[in-house]
Amino acid sequence: MDIDFSPEDLAFRDEVRTFIAENYPAELRGKQDEGDELSKEDFLSWHRILHKKGWVAPAWPVEYGGTGWTPTQRFIFSEETARADCIRLMPFGLSMVGPVIYTFGTPEQKAKFLPRILSGEDWWCQGYSEPGAGSDLASLRTKAERNGDHYVVNGQKTWTTMAQHADWGFFLVRTNPDVKQQEGISFLLIDMKTPGIEVRPIITLGGEHEVNEVFLDNVRVPIENRVYEEDKGWTCAKFLLAHERTGIAGVAGSKRGIEKIKAIATAEMDGDKPLLSNPFFRRKVAELEMDLTALEYTELRTLAGEAAGKGPGPESSVLKIKGSEIQQRITDLALEAAGHYGAPYFRGFGEGDNEHPIGPDWAHRTAPSYFNMRKTTIYGGSNEVQRGIIAKMVLGL
Amino acid sequence: MDLSYNETQGMLRETLARFLADTYDFESRKKMLASPEGRDPGIWKAIATELGLTCAPFAEEHGGMGGGALENMIMMEEFGKVIAIEPWLQTVVIGGGALKHAGGALAEATIPAIISGDCVIAFAYAEPQGRYNLADIGTTAKADGAGYVLNGHKGVVYAAPWATHLLVTARTGGGRRDRAGVELFLIEANRPGITRRDYPTVDGFMASEVYFENVAIPGEALLTGGIELIERVVDEATMAVCAEASGIARTMVNQTVEYTKQRKQFGQPIAKFQVLQHRMSDMFVEAEQVSSMALMGTLKLDEAAEARKAAVSMAKAKVGRSLKFVGQNAIQTHGGIGITMELAIGHYFKRGTMIEGQFGSIDHHLERFETLAYPA
Ligand SMILES: Cc1cc2nc3c(=O)[nH]c(=O)nc-3n(C[C@H](O)[C@H](O)[C@H](O)COP(=O)(O)OP(=O)(O)OC[C@H]3O[C@@H](n4cnc5c(N)ncnc54)[C@H](O)[C@@H]3O)c2cc1C
Ligand SMILES: Cc1cc2nc3c(=O)[nH]c(=O)nc-3n(C[C@H](O)[C@H](O)[C@H](O)COP(=O)(O)OP(=O)(O)OC[C@H]3O[C@@H](n4cnc5c(N)ncnc54)[C@H](O)[C@@H]3O)c2cc1C
Repeated sequence: MDIDFSPEDLAFRDEVRTFIAENYPAELRGKQDEGDELSKEDFLSWHRILHKKGWVAPAWPVEYGGTGWTPTQRFIFSEETARADCIRLMPFGLSMVGPVIYTFGTPEQKAKFLPRILSGEDWWCQGYSEPGAGSDLASLRTKAERNGDHYVVNGQKTWTTMAQHADWGFFLVRTNPDVKQQEGISFLLIDMKTPGIEVRPIITLGGEHEVNEVFLDNVRVPIENRVYEEDKGWTCAKFLLAHERTGIAGVAGSKRGIEKIKAIATAEMDGDKPLLSNPFFRRKVAELEMDLTALEYTELRTLAGEAAGKGPGPESSVLKIKGSEIQQRITDLALEAAGHYGAPYFRGFGEGDNEHPIGPDWAHRTAPSYFNMRKTTIYGGSNEVQRGIIAKMVLGL
Repeated sequence: MDLSYNETQGMLRETLARFLADTYDFESRKKMLASPEGRDPGIWKAIATELGLTCAPFAEEHGGMGGGALENMIMMEEFGKVIAIEPWLQTVVIGGGALKHAGGALAEATIPAIISGDCVIAFAYAEPQGRYNLADIGTTAKADGAGYVLNGHKGVVYAAPWATHLLVTARTGGGRRDRAGVELFLIEANRPGITRRDYPTVDGFMASEVYFENVAIPGEALLTGGIELIERVVDEATMAVCAEASGIARTMVNQTVEYTKQRKQFGQPIAKFQVLQHRMSDMFVEAEQVSSMALMGTLKLDEAAEARKAAVSMAKAKVGRSLKFVGQNAIQTHGGIGITMELAIGHYFKRGTMIEGQFGSIDHHLERFETLAYPA
């Protein structure tokens, strides 16, 4: 057993580090530092740079455009991008529908969609949840009825992240109401410009427009846009959720988050000493770092398991539970560090608004981030549901 | 021992509760916050004149009803239940409290104006570098003839855009963080040399950065009492937000319980899941602790300074913790809808979160409690 990186891994790390230093757009770096909301173009610019380099989809098989990296290399890559504060790539195409298409799709679907996911030409969104179907996803009611060579889709989706930018969406729809819930669902790829689709914003507590309601009114979808067999979409859905969960630990991002907290608490004075010298604050940062290290090693063990050929199993629920809680605690500490200056709030901050923030630069988004990050224990399968999975699948209860 | 409210107190509570039920439903509050002024000034006027409530915590010789901290507690708890943005805390608890304790001509003149609803006060005490140390003050008040000249910057002054008067802490002598030389002044908000940068706060109020540049103020603006007066008034304010927290925590528990009875997943109301039942039981337990600590601290406000401070800090730290628990779990139990602007629950969570830090964080108050209770 050896926890150190091999010389090859270290060389790879340097290569990645240099590439980022030389190619990551400076204006994005500034925006990230200010904690600004990012535009579609912001996300796409870094996406395109990585695509050009051939590094946009490290987890994909080489034949479809993956890098062929080992799990360790992938880990290093995500560490380095987080360390340099790079924008997180949108997961809907790369980590979710992409793998479904190359695993279950027809040759035509692969040829049509995969290159455009890689290049960033298509922005994807995930149409799973509905107003009545949240944790109980299989109870979804949006229905798709066959009409010649099309499905006609009617219903409503909700919480659809970034659907306002999306060119395509992957949707779970009910194609058979007469069988057991899970057995009558199909997986459709829908062009978001099809007539009958309406996207309405939902504004969240931090003032962000991140999620949407999507209404589907007699939306015609060609049958060839169904992935896998009719009524068997649940297979794709589950496969995708397992993929969604692996990235969800967010170790690299949280490491960076703790570094930022330390920097803030070094700059922020508490009397005549930096806040980081305050024994109470310091203890909480130390505890966070301790818990994050435990999570990191748990992720490394999972990665090692994967490298040895084990797919991501129910153990990924451990990563989701701890990862999401740590992400929340980081925003909790940042808000605490901001003191009085957590309270000022400008909806316009960051959206092309050049008004100066109130208080220290880093403080103005601490409260919105804290509110926004309550989502991490809810989405991607709530933490209660994850605990249920551990109880059932791991502990055999 | 008697922990029940007397008849007058019961009546105060009912009067305000009934009024707020009509004026502060979720939709009306939303409209108020979205208006250019960020509030409806008519409501404050009505609370003062039509309902006649602002007189409750003042002495009879000032035109009041002879009440005090308990009356403030009752009012603040009701405000919390509807997350009202009325300036009771700043105007009545803090401004009124400071005037009451300091006495003198300024109190004689100003308290009736508070009672009539004509005087709205904002408390300009925090400074960007000061965190929660009330004596960490760079704003100066230099003696100048019979008066003073103010210079400095106060941060995150809640209700300043609405205020007719500012209650300002400033230094007449001593070095940064010295307790000696810190004084309290009540001045008109429109004095020449005062500028503001106004903004909304995340919990729905309006606040300002307030800048003083050679602001001339008369000698009578000084409230005698120095840092001790300021500490006393801030302790009273701290208990007032704890009372508000009690209204907020109870409401969050109720709303969560109601929501889980309605929301169905897996073919049953989610309230049937034992994990959520236990969670909500714990939330209820913690909300009860908030109410208990709000009461405990309020009852100790008239004790000697050290005992008062220890009690207030213990109360505020516990309230902060319990409120965090109730708020975070209220959102979690609501699922996705909890983190949107659509339901009230998120707005309660936002105000509750700000209360956790207002007048000192959990750590700040635990530390103050430890220092007083276990002297080294
Ligand atoms: C910011 C954000 C982005 C999202 N993005 C997307 C997206 O892009 N696409 C998409 O399809 N969906 C998306 N979602 C939806 C997300 O997957 C759901 O919110 C999630 O599945 C929870 O469903 P719900 O919100 O309806 O909560 P509910 O299912 O109503 O749950 C409410 C509470 O009950 C608990 N609960 C439910 N069932 C059980 C049980 N069996 N045992 C114990 N407790 C239980 C939950 O844990 C939660 O605490 C997003 C959500 C958020 C908040
Ligand atoms: C020091 C001590 C002194 C005692 N003295 C006396 C005495 O003087 N006279 C007397 O008659 N008895 C006495 N008891 C017994 C005591 O009342 C029982 O231990 C108690 O009722 C729990 O029962 P149990 O130990 O069989 O645990 P169990 O009932 O087997 O419970 C095991 C676990 O399951 C949990 N559990 C059980 N039911 C539920 C549920 N519905 N939902 C969720 N969780 C559940 C429990 O909370 C516990 O965590 C004593 C016990 C102790 C430890």
